[in-house]
Amino acid sequence: MSEMRRVTAICNGTVIDHIPAGHALQVIKMLRIDTNRSNPVSLVMNVPSDKMGRKDLLKIEDLELNQEELDRLALISPNASVAIIRNYGVAEKRVVDLAEEMVNVARCTFSNCITKNPREPLPQKLILYSRDPLEVRCYYCGKRQDLDDIIDNLI
Amino acid sequence: MSDVVTMDDLSNEEILSILDDSERLVAVARGDVHLPLLEGKVLANMFYENSTRTRMSFEAAMKRLGGSVLNFSSIGTSVAKGETLFDTMQMVEGYADIAVIRHPQQGAAQYSADAINIPILNAGDGAGNHPTQTMLDLFTIREAHGTIEGLNVVLVGDLRYGRTVHSLSHALTRFGAELTLVSPETLMMPDEIVNDLRSTGATISESTDLIAAIPDADVIYMTRIQKERFPDEDEYAKVAGIYMLDAKDMSGAKEGMIVMHPLPRVSELHPSLDSTVNARYFQQAFNGVPTRMALLCRSLGVKIPKEVKK
Repeated sequence: MSEMRRVTAICNGTVIDHIPAGHALQVIKMLRIDTNRSNPVSLVMNVPSDKMGRKDLLKIEDLELNQEELDRLALISPNASVAIIRNYGVAEKRVVDLAEEMVNVARCTFSNCITKNPREPLPQKLILYSRDPLEVRCYYCGKRQDLDDIIDNLI
Repeated sequence: MSDVVTMDDLSNEEILSILDDSERLVAVARGDVHLPLLEGKVLANMFYENSTRTRMSFEAAMKRLGGSVLNFSSIGTSVAKGETLFDTMQMVEGYADIAVIRHPQQGAAQYSADAINIPILNAGDGAGNHPTQTMLDLFTIREAHGTIEGLNVVLVGDLRYGRTVHSLSHALTRFGAELTLVSPETLMMPDEIVNDLRSTGATISESTDLIAAIPDADVIYMTRIQKERFPDEDEYAKVAGIYMLDAKDMSGAKEGMIVMHPLPRVSELHPSLDSTVNARYFQQAFNGVPTRMALLCRSLGVKIPKEVKK
């Protein structure tokens, strides 16, 4: 919004823009910002966007997302733009791209999958079956994963 | 890759080549020709679930080709003590050259294939895939009709939990067969499978009426409603015995129509059907031996001679 900033600029950290409207809380959950970290986070929801109509936006201070974290983000927000901020400037733009194979990102949601035994040592693997519409399947059992279930089964 | 976990592990050319190999091995499967192609090789039969035909036909296939078999059942072994599939398969890799696995949990065959380096053949994983059954089914259909393309195949019964029909429907549509899916509403083929099949351009119709599907059928593939896959006994009782065929039902069938069934049957095929020209399920069970011979040879890198003679 050009009329005034809804949240202040951050000195260092990550800005995630173009999150589908209403999904910012899911992104926070996926990135485990709510449970594992103490970074200050600013959240903006349902603001007007030329590209998307409405969008959400997150500013996470003192945290630079790595590629594995971006993989998680891509599952619910594949068109998000990510900027790494250093000393109030954009130092890097990171591309959010769905990986063909997501290793140890989330557990398979199917109750009868072989990977349900927590003692089985091979990694959890999800496969990108289709980008549009987004469809992810378990590499082992082949079952289609529900997006809401994926968020609940993050590793 | 020498594993066969799903039918996607085999190209159409490979499938046809395996069917040709199987045809040449029929005399060996009957015991009329001695052909010890797999002498010195050891097969581990890893059955975590009950099996009659699959386990025995793999054993017969291996032994007819001069190999030997280690039979494993999860009852009375370390599995009962809580051993992981990963650990059990590490042991198998040390004891055998190839392993066949049947497991109640879906994905177990792919998991095993990733855990060890010897070839894995999937003999059924939960409600997932059963590709070696599919190979013997394709063999049986081609044996009867000379082709698969253009046939109308009616799949009947438990299409929701039945792994046999999941693997088979994919393979049939790859070869241009048309599918008629007949099941009660509660046991319809899962949407994700029907959508996958339709996305490849396959012709599929769905119905609850078996008798109406008989006149246009080239193949009727019956399946058992599997009590063990139902979470609730009441739900099972509602659909048990819903589809039954007997000899009288064959009067309206096309000439050459065959009735198949992966067996065991409960009430869905009346014994009066056994003596009709349409009944093909016992022949189908025998066909497991030559097709599994061909699959074992392929996975072990053993070529089958172009001519197999006495």
